[in-house]
Amino acid sequence: MPERRVVITGLGTINPLADNVPDFWKFLLEGRNGIRRITRFDPSPFPVQIAGEIQNFDPERRLSRREIRRLDRYAVYALYAAAEAVEDSGFLSSSFLPEKAGVLISSGIGGMETLLRENDNLIQKGPERVSPFFIPMMIPDIAAGLVSIKYGLKGVNYCIVSACASSTHAIGEAFWTIKRGDADIVVAGGAEAPIIPLSIAGFANMRALSRRNDEPEKASRPFDAKRDGFVVGEGAGVVVLESLEHAERRGAKIYAELVGYGASGDAYHITAPCADGEGAYYAMRLAVQHAGIAPEEIDYINAHGTSTELNDKMETLAIKRLLGDHAYHVAISSTKSMIGHLLGAAGAVEFIATVLSVYTQKVHPTRNYEFPDPDCDLDYVPGKAREMEIRYALTNSFGFGGHNASLVVKRFP
Amino acid sequence: MGQDIFAIVKQVISKELEVEEEKITPESRIQEDLGADSLDVMNITMRLEDEFNLRIPDEDLTKISTVQDIVDYIQSHLQSS
Repeated sequence: MPERRVVITGLGTINPLADNVPDFWKFLLEGRNGIRRITRFDPSPFPVQIAGEIQNFDPERRLSRREIRRLDRYAVYALYAAAEAVEDSGFLSSSFLPEKAGVLISSGIGGMETLLRENDNLIQKGPERVSPFFIPMMIPDIAAGLVSIKYGLKGVNYCIVSACASSTHAIGEAFWTIKRGDADIVVAGGAEAPIIPLSIAGFANMRALSRRNDEPEKASRPFDAKRDGFVVGEGAGVVVLESLEHAERRGAKIYAELVGYGASGDAYHITAPCADGEGAYYAMRLAVQHAGIAPEEIDYINAHGTSTELNDKMETLAIKRLLGDHAYHVAISSTKSMIGHLLGAAGAVEFIATVLSVYTQKVHPTRNYEFPDPDCDLDYVPGKAREMEIRYALTNSFGFGGHNASLVVKRFP
Repeated sequence: MGQDIFAIVKQVISKELEVEEEKITPESRIQEDLGADSLDVMNITMRLEDEFNLRIPDEDLTKISTVQDIVDYIQSHLQSS
């Protein structure tokens, strides 16, 4: 059986910059800021008071009140982004085999807001007042289930949880599922809604977050010498992956081809990435090998680029190990500089940025890159978007637990 | 009395199921007509228990199908308590 090729035919997102893909891409190219003081709760007692919050969100633009009513916020984001991606792809109006259409939508955490509310109910009102919707609202796999129910997709369906690498793994596994012939179409991505007091406190106490409360617009500054941690963001990214044959048969718009996926583990520490970037290097190397290209053929990297001291240094080292001298000739940018770190949704939203870079032959800037760090001495596309020829682009995600995942996207045709 | 109970039941169902109040009549069947699933039924039951300060045991739920069934059930149990 000849190996099947996998293409991207639909994109959808909701994130701190925009509630749709065209605006998101426009605002990324403009280098806009999505980080502000937290408004969802009073952050005054917290050491960290900033986040990438989604504001003025009207889920009824794409979803009915009836479907929203018993969803955790994270699942609303997932369904909202999925609706855009599915519509964009147009596959529902073509003839497709439902049993060969799957859903792999991830979340790093799931419905934590619901978990806490129902725990309050349990303690204050007793066991009989815990909502019957609590469990199905809270579990991180329900978004994948809900999307399949809504669109009648009866192929592969599950949820990968790997912290901040979750949705990159989801897209990567969707890639293999289509390649080996188990599915023609997979709706893949991730969603996260972590802007609640408990998680902000938890991340803050790990000293993982930026404390630049007075200048939220400057807080997420990947690869910059004055970076002091990441900024939590929220939202979702969902894409439609499809076998090339299937997409061509129905005359679908094809954004780009997904040609490589690599995953690895750090075997090092629960939260710190291994300092020399070995694990990240293995994931990138494997993705490039599966793409069947030489590392020097990579033109652009959408970095994990969290704005933490450790990540940005080790990711730079890993890129240098992969590319050698060519590391100084690739463009590298971090989407997190504008929207913060969407945790389990980050990989999918950044994959969308990567796909659009290849599709439009433009790369978005890294916002807030002002002060060079000797440990981060590559071309991070500071400040201004760039038009450039991109044949192959790489995107990285690394998660607590030492989970690393990388994807390689190729220009199509 | 029955009218007041109906008004409250209608409100609760409308809110929990996102169904317009005008579409809820005494004859409406909770699952078949209003689209509730088994979890919705449990959820609505809990809301009504809070609203009327009574307990509806699971075995009694099997006797309830329409909005009128709920109103009758609440009315008889409010009187007996």
